[in-house]
Amino acid sequence: MDAAAMKNLAAGLAIGIGALGPGIGIGLIGAKAAEALGRNPEAESAVRTTTILALAFAEAIAIYALVVALVLKFT
Amino acid sequence: MLNISIKAEPIFELFGFPITNAFLTSLVVLLILFVGSRYYDQQIKSRKKSQLFYFIHLLLTESYTLFKGILRENTDVLFPLVGAFFFFILLQNWFGLLPGVGSLLVRGQHNTELIPFFRGASADLNTTLALGLVSVVAMQYYGVRFLGWSGYLKKYFNFSNPINFFLGILEIISEISRVLSFSFRLFGNVFAGEVLLLVIAFLIPILVSFPFFMMEIFVGFVQALVFSMLTAVFLSMAVAKHHG
Repeated sequence: MDAAAMKNLAAGLAIGIGALGPGIGIGLIGAKAAEALGRNPEAESAVRTTTILALAFAEAIAIYALVVALVLKFT
Repeated sequence: MLNISIKAEPIFELFGFPITNAFLTSLVVLLILFVGSRYYDQQIKSRKKSQLFYFIHLLLTESYTLFKGILRENTDVLFPLVGAFFFFILLQNWFGLLPGVGSLLVRGQHNTELIPFFRGASADLNTTLALGLVSVVAMQYYGVRFLGWSGYLKKYFNFSNPINFFLGILEIISEISRVLSFSFRLFGNVFAGEVLLLVIAFLIPILVSFPFFMMEIFVGFVQALVFSMLTAVFLSMAVAKHHG
């Protein structure tokens, strides 16, 4: 296997494996947010702000993997 | 074929200082913000106010109340910083979505290849790194200003017992990693959005890009909000008095 093929494979693996954890995390956050809304519907705005912040944190980890994959692919 | 470059290309040099396309974009955004704030300042003193004034006023008061929930009694001191972050990043993200950004091409300085004249400024790691550095340095500055040198240094160098000493070291590491996470989050989101839009446009040329543009507008807003909210949260942690 030559270096270019290896690079493509590495980029694919980086984002593929790197998206697993954040995927689970975003699912958990969404589930808990829906649960909190069901329990306490009048707290919607507070729940929304916290959820979006937590989502951004979880998503950022996937974005790190994506940056690594893009650097591997395009440099 | 797709032409994606992960770094901003220099368009020309000014006294040996390369001017990149991302830098040009952020200059334009800075100019828009400057003109807007001058306009607001001039209108607020005049007797008859325009509708645009009330629109800007609405945005400012809304964001002020939003940040007041986090910064509480220090809002008046800290809002100029986080509000500026919010509007600057928001305009930068949305400017990168305008038609012409990334598609107007010019010859590079060595006349070799065509490069885009404008590039979304947040899609350049230099811009976001600068923003992250400003944010983290401001946390240290306000920490010293609100707590004094002794209170500030006690957060990092605490010799009361070994656990606190170790926690101080961890605190230093987390401050440094904040720069990285701030800059990579913004850069990654915006750059990934641009790549996504490009790939979609190459897959299916008509109509399908539209929902993705909508999503990118939303992502641009959320990222500006997240950056400034996190700065606000960390700032309010940095200026809070420690107990025990």
